Amino acid sequence: MNTAARRYPEIWQRRSLRETISAWLWTAALAAAAVWSITMLDIEWAFFSDAHLQAIDLAERMWPPRWSYLPVIIGPLIETIHIATIGTAIAYVFSVPLAFLAARNTTLNSFTWAIGRSLLVISRSVNTVIWGLLFVAIFGPGPVAGIASVAARSVGFLAKLVAESIEEADRGPVEAIESTGAGTGQVYLLGILPQVMPVLVGTTVYRWDINVRESSVLGFVGAGGIGLQLYASINQFAWQQVLVVLAAILLIVLLSEALSAYIRARIT
Amino acid sequence: MNTATAAGAAPVGAPASALLRVQDLVKVYPGGKRALDGVSFSVERPEVIAVIGSSGAGKSTLIRCINRLVEPSAGRVWLKETEIAGLPWRELRRVRRRIGMIFQEFNLVERLTVMENVLSGRLGSVGFMASLMRRFPPQDVSGAFALLDRVGLDGYHDTRADALSGGQRQRVGIARALMQRPDLLLVDEPTASLDPKTARQIMRLICALAQEHNTPALVNIHDVALAQSFASRVIGLKAGGVVFDGPPAALNAEALTEIYGAEDWSQTIRRVSDEDDE
Amino acid sequence: MSAAASYPTHWRRPPAFFGTRRRYWLFIGGVILYFAWSLSTLNIDVERMLAGLPRALDIFARMVPPDFSKGQLLLKGMLESLQMAFAATLIGAILAVPLGIAAARNIAPRPVYLAARGFIVLNRTFHEIIIAIFFVKLFGFGAVAGLLTLALSSWTFCGKMLAEDIENVRMGQIEAVRATGAGFAQTVVFSVVPQVLSRTVGVLIYRLDANVRHSTVIGIVGAGGIGQTLSASFSRYDYDFAAAILLCIAALVALGEWFSDWVRRKLR
Repeated sequence: MNTAARRYPEIWQRRSLRETISAWLWTAALAAAAVWSITMLDIEWAFFSDAHLQAIDLAERMWPPRWSYLPVIIGPLIETIHIATIGTAIAYVFSVPLAFLAARNTTLNSFTWAIGRSLLVISRSVNTVIWGLLFVAIFGPGPVAGIASVAARSVGFLAKLVAESIEEADRGPVEAIESTGAGTGQVYLLGILPQVMPVLVGTTVYRWDINVRESSVLGFVGAGGIGLQLYASINQFAWQQVLVVLAAILLIVLLSEALSAYIRARIT
Repeated sequence: MNTATAAGAAPVGAPASALLRVQDLVKVYPGGKRALDGVSFSVERPEVIAVIGSSGAGKSTLIRCINRLVEPSAGRVWLKETEIAGLPWRELRRVRRRIGMIFQEFNLVERLTVMENVLSGRLGSVGFMASLMRRFPPQDVSGAFALLDRVGLDGYHDTRADALSGGQRQRVGIARALMQRPDLLLVDEPTASLDPKTARQIMRLICALAQEHNTPALVNIHDVALAQSFASRVIGLKAGGVVFDGPPAALNAEALTEIYGAEDWSQTIRRVSDEDDE
Repeated sequence: MSAAASYPTHWRRPPAFFGTRRRYWLFIGGVILYFAWSLSTLNIDVERMLAGLPRALDIFARMVPPDFSKGQLLLKGMLESLQMAFAATLIGAILAVPLGIAAARNIAPRPVYLAARGFIVLNRTFHEIIIAIFFVKLFGFGAVAGLLTLALSSWTFCGKMLAEDIENVRMGQIEAVRATGAGFAQTVVFSVVPQVLSRTVGVLIYRLDANVRHSTVIGIVGAGGIGQTLSASFSRYDYDFAAAILLCIAALVALGEWFSDWVRRKLR
């Protein structure tokens, strides 16, 4: 070999100069944005000085939990789960047609596609609790508003993922069903729906457990569930009740998470 | 066995007896690729016709232009006396019901059962609600059971398609196509995803069934030896045009060079080969 | 077909997911019973629901056209939300490094691991709004409570993701670097960091996006940002202003999502 004859560079750099500059520029921009954010927030640092004392004080006032409050919140707890379940079920039903409308390969034309996409964006960009504000204004306080807001937020979540999976569906079976002379509806029903079914069911179950968590705070805006009791207890400074409510929420959220993970693991 | 039709020269006023007639079929894909460049031939009697040619010669485009899974750019196609090109959507669906198609990748709906896949061949005859509820007429159900038995899958009706082997999947694909009681079978590389032994079994099955049902079959195939042993007529495509049309016996080294380009063909003509290169 | 008579003329699809038809019907029965039970306990007042429909139309009519005349207030709220999101992501990301290491099963000692995991689970269970209300109680109304809420949830989220990445690090590569005689810090820099870095950046971008979305809600309990403005406008029945805010939130969320997608595509 002619190692001696050839000259090798003695300096090696992982990135080219341009890459290094752009990496530093990004980092600098992020740092500047962060500094700007913190300074603009007008933080009263004095508040922090006794924060730990206040936190300890709060913890002391929470203990011991007032377990006698538990029977009062059983009803609201069940209501919380009902809101999540019924809301998710409604979203499940509506998400399928919406997904077909919003998927590029199954929508009718670009106009219907645009409608489908805008419905997705509207549903998804408004948080469940903000939907709650709106539906409480419409239906008045209570679980109906909660169900409606869970459904309104979830339908976009489900439909977006299902629409993506429709767009990624294998063309082969679709072509085969088309070639038998089936109608468009039949092609969607037998060629595409079976392919997206696992995604639909899996995401629905996943969304259900997010919804249990979301329903636990819907009561803050009056949309039913355990949030009402939590909010009331906090406003009355009944910290021992607050601890009971928090423990109850912890329990149902963890249980629903475990159940959802179990079901998702079994879907093939 | 003499196949009189000469390459590229279909008569203008074809006899009414033609089962399938393709005339001056042209397909230009967006982007300018000319996949088919004036293909003409006609099928006068139920027989198995092998379409051979290198990858990119237009085999797949040709059979997809016949049932318009690919929209032809120009040219005409008749299935018996029905002209297919230019048919409105509703009528096209009616024609498609008369054309069974078998695919290279089987194209089964994997998460459905074998029975649902076979019965999907009858979708043209049932409404949307019936297909939602999977309610098919009794004669279709018994016909599907009979076909499954015939293709050697008796007892597999409740198995999910993704639990089957490649050969078994293709058998389901064959049953689905025949479920349509078709006037024509379009078969796209039926054996390319199978091992050589299964490939021969599948080809044999397709040919036997085409004969039993008295249906002509147009089979795209890249394996010259398989084409020779199973087809009674061979059409050779090159760059979107027909360069050979005759009995398999006439497929000599010269003809193969015309279709595929220069190569030592002495081995290929006799032997099974798996090559698929240019 | 001549032999048709000998084949069955009836076929029913075997139920997917459930194995046997009996279990399928049990499931369907269970679902029906559940909905009957839940709808009866929620004592849904149909009359009030129907009364909601004209109200919905009325609210909708008052939302159109959206009122952008209070642009100053709107801009201030949006900026505050953005700043909270930015700063919280940064704080969360920095704090996530020790938490992630502590919560990685293959690095951290068992008791540390369990404590870190417990902390993560506890935080993830409670909705941001619940956490926000505590910070509001501790630090008073305003952006500080919001910032801390988002920082806390970013901290645990990023920490969890980082821990999972560290757990998935390929031991082979670590051994290879160690085999060259590298020390602990060198091992981490040359084998753990490269494996974890690009995904971590993806997680951060995702979190920034999530923080922007969450920053629009926690204002409902007084933790600053545009949510506070929105909540106030709803309670004043100021629906045309609320509509303007909702539109801005939707635009911001869509923009954030687009940005997040863009960066993650670039990273891949």
